Amino acid sequence: MTVDPAYWSVADIARRIAAGEVSAVEITEAFLARIGKVDPELGAYLVVDETGARVQAQQVDLMRGANLPLGPLAGVPIALKDMIVTKDVVTTAGSKILEGWVPPYDATVVEKLRAAGAVILGKVNCDEFGMGSSTERSAYKQTKNPWDTTRVPGGSSGGSSAAVAAGLCAASLGTDTGGSIRQPASFCGVVGIKPTYGRVSRYGIVAYASSLDQVGPLAHSVADAALVLQAIAGHDARDSTSLPSAAPDFSAGIAAGVAGLKIGLPKEYFAGEIDADVRTALAAAVAALKDKGAEIVDVSLPHTELALPAYYIVAPAEASSNLARYDGIRYGKRADATDLLSLYSRTRGERFGPEVKRRIMLGTYALRSGYYDAFYKKAQQIRTLIKRDFDEAFEKCDVLLTPTTPTAAYELGAKATPLEMYLGDIFTLACNLAGLPGMSVPCGLTSTGLPVGAQLLGKPLDEATLLRTGAVIEAAVGLGDKRPRGFA
Amino acid sequence: MTELAQLLELYEPVIGLEVHVQLATKSKAFSSSATGFGEPPNSLTDPVVLGLPGALPVFNQAVLELALKLGVATGSQIRAKSRFARKHYFYPDQPKNYQITQFDEPLCENGHLDLIVGGTVKRVRLERIHLEEDAGKNTHVGAVSHVDLNRAGVPLCEVVSAPELTSSEEAAEFMRALHRLVRWLEISEGDMEKGHMRCDANVSVRLRGEDRLGTRTELKNINSFRFVQNAIDHEIARQVRLIDGGGRVERETRLWDADLGQSAQMRTKEEANDYRYFPDPDLPMMVVAGPLMGGVLRSLPELPVARFERYQKANKVAADDARTLISERALADYFDAVQKAHPTEESGKTIANWMLTELLGALNAAGKAIADSPMPPETLSDLVVLVENGTISGKIGKEIFAESFKTGEAPAAIVERRGVQQISDEPLLWSIVEKVVAASPKQATDYQGGKDTLFGYFVGQVMKETGGRANPVMTTDLLKKRLGR
Repeated sequence: MTVDPAYWSVADIARRIAAGEVSAVEITEAFLARIGKVDPELGAYLVVDETGARVQAQQVDLMRGANLPLGPLAGVPIALKDMIVTKDVVTTAGSKILEGWVPPYDATVVEKLRAAGAVILGKVNCDEFGMGSSTERSAYKQTKNPWDTTRVPGGSSGGSSAAVAAGLCAASLGTDTGGSIRQPASFCGVVGIKPTYGRVSRYGIVAYASSLDQVGPLAHSVADAALVLQAIAGHDARDSTSLPSAAPDFSAGIAAGVAGLKIGLPKEYFAGEIDADVRTALAAAVAALKDKGAEIVDVSLPHTELALPAYYIVAPAEASSNLARYDGIRYGKRADATDLLSLYSRTRGERFGPEVKRRIMLGTYALRSGYYDAFYKKAQQIRTLIKRDFDEAFEKCDVLLTPTTPTAAYELGAKATPLEMYLGDIFTLACNLAGLPGMSVPCGLTSTGLPVGAQLLGKPLDEATLLRTGAVIEAAVGLGDKRPRGFA
Repeated sequence: MTELAQLLELYEPVIGLEVHVQLATKSKAFSSSATGFGEPPNSLTDPVVLGLPGALPVFNQAVLELALKLGVATGSQIRAKSRFARKHYFYPDQPKNYQITQFDEPLCENGHLDLIVGGTVKRVRLERIHLEEDAGKNTHVGAVSHVDLNRAGVPLCEVVSAPELTSSEEAAEFMRALHRLVRWLEISEGDMEKGHMRCDANVSVRLRGEDRLGTRTELKNINSFRFVQNAIDHEIARQVRLIDGGGRVERETRLWDADLGQSAQMRTKEEANDYRYFPDPDLPMMVVAGPLMGGVLRSLPELPVARFERYQKANKVAADDARTLISERALADYFDAVQKAHPTEESGKTIANWMLTELLGALNAAGKAIADSPMPPETLSDLVVLVENGTISGKIGKEIFAESFKTGEAPAAIVERRGVQQISDEPLLWSIVEKVVAASPKQATDYQGGKDTLFGYFVGQVMKETGGRANPVMTTDLLKKRLGR
């Protein structure tokens, strides 16, 4: 029997394997074959761990054969953003400075996925150290958008979004520091969740900006995303910023609908330049929610415009510190040098990409002695104001709805300057600064057939409301059976 | 050029110390990796200690308890919530290229350390005590460098004194006092050989009577009591000679080389690192919970300097002996136990004598520590009482001590068995005195004629008659009475 599980749901794969309709090995082989066929053009994967994936799949089949209890994701093939540390599988964070690094340990999320029975297919591409919005800043390859291969898949989790959209994994994990899960999810027409800060362990996530980074799922559907989130969420004693609360059953309330729910539209998010097609798609989502009984309320988040400048202080400052360890002594190739200082500067000069160097310099400047108060501390104060804005808005509504991005996926190379690139993230940054859960769910296609994402922002730890609201949008105005041309 | 001795009369040194104390926890400050000494290189590591991408620090609460003991013992103000910061500099022994430390919100501030200087107590202010992680160790073999990260991540307390020390002797005394205190509190092994205490000194000089501080230099790498004194003396001499020769002290960091007995410039002010401190986003605030603080306060022992003062005041111990008694907590505890068993509070001087000469001598010969003394404190008290109440003489007491120390037999039992009780029966002693004087008429006449040294001859004769058991005080009195002077 040959199967084509490329677009099967996570629940379906797990159920069919558990029922013995198909083996985990068959599923894995089907995905590996599809990756071999499709990925050379798409460029989502940096490493396909065929051996590791086969071993895990065989193990699932053996366990099933022995009537041992199977995990909730048993046999479900998953791709991991290369920011996630995997034991014995090269992890580079998309950077030359980590080229060839084989970690001796698994990230907590990887341990959890393995414990749930998931099959890890490999590592997918991303902007170097998560710094970018198009995956054009990867030091290794350009990942393309499956809906239009002349366009970017978004970033920095562009490999994660493209792999899901093209049916090269059942679901994937990304990391989101300022929108890096939601924006690529939006560009590739998949669901992406950035959980509440501290909901998912950061242990084993290559750090970009520690106070903003979160891991989350990208998947074909809200239900799939909920299942993957379930597997990775929860307290981890190895991450001091991990929240103590246990994860609730994320799948339980998905179908609860939105009747009586108050959905806030923050006026600042609709005021600026937004592509007409994006506005139209968002309006359809709003109409659908209203139709299903939600109450739409106007709210204001007055400090929204400060999010971008605050983000570009906090994130580079923390990055300049986190990336100090890449010095040529321990990882990657060492530059030729006769003394220690030039060993450091040459290795870092040669092996970091321009965007990473730009942010290290920004951050180093911001943390200079005597300037801490003017920059980092001020930015942290702005975070408090932004958080307060959200607190006040959530007194009037249960969840916020905004566009994920001002435009659909743009063409490769279109964003010529760093600032143009940064401005594409204006809707997603505040969520990280405030530590809130956020989600992007597809809400239609543009006139040229590109996916548009609706962003939902929730109260801390209230991923459940995002999921049930997202499910309503998905059912009403989602992409249904529409698949990227050429990858269906 | 003026002579150094004259210059030192003119100038006053001002010294502040920064001492790193290694805290004796089983695991490291921010990971469960074990601590230890002399293990194979890089064996005491894990992803956190190695600073691997993705690894995160988790604060070891055992560190906080030890640090709090020091904070409380130094009367410091303790922050209910303090913060960890990252201090950045590139060096191969520091795997993250930043150190987790505390910057503007340290655990302890405004404490003090009491030193014993010339028999009196000098209180030195402590600006702060903060927590941080240690770095690893680089070794250079020819053109090759090796990095051992076994020590990386080991918890340290950095104790920063105010610039209130005015001589190298005081600086060395500060180190000794801190060493004594951390061992007393059992928060550090304080093993200097293993680098458990490392010191940097800030040294400046100014004309005596001047209020303003001179430009200071920082001396690094002074890791023994002796080096502290040598290094600071050397630096004071360097600075006063420099000024005397028309030069100026520059703000700089100098590295002390104990083998050469001199310091060399390490970096100038211009070359100083900008450490780019900022709060470590991986670590939440360090919170001192009420129950933890309560436990620390309840378990706090009486401190060495408090005992130093008590021994002198309540127990009439001489300052030098009191100081020796508090050099080690077990020794002081032993003294307290003897004193407790002894009926008189003011017998401390005698007890101290017995402890510091007989007991320490015997322990030393047996290669035993005070904590493992075969003679319990109560036994020593019994022996002291036997001497004090005249049952035996001091001389016999020493023999009884030696036997009891060796066999464990009670002193009173040994005295009984050996029949060495002192003769304090006055009529009996008088008859012996009469007999001895009568037997040596010439010596008696000579003594009465002014030959004082002969008195000892008569004491000796009485002791000979009594087998050394005559009460020496009574013997003296009776002989004087009989001989008429």
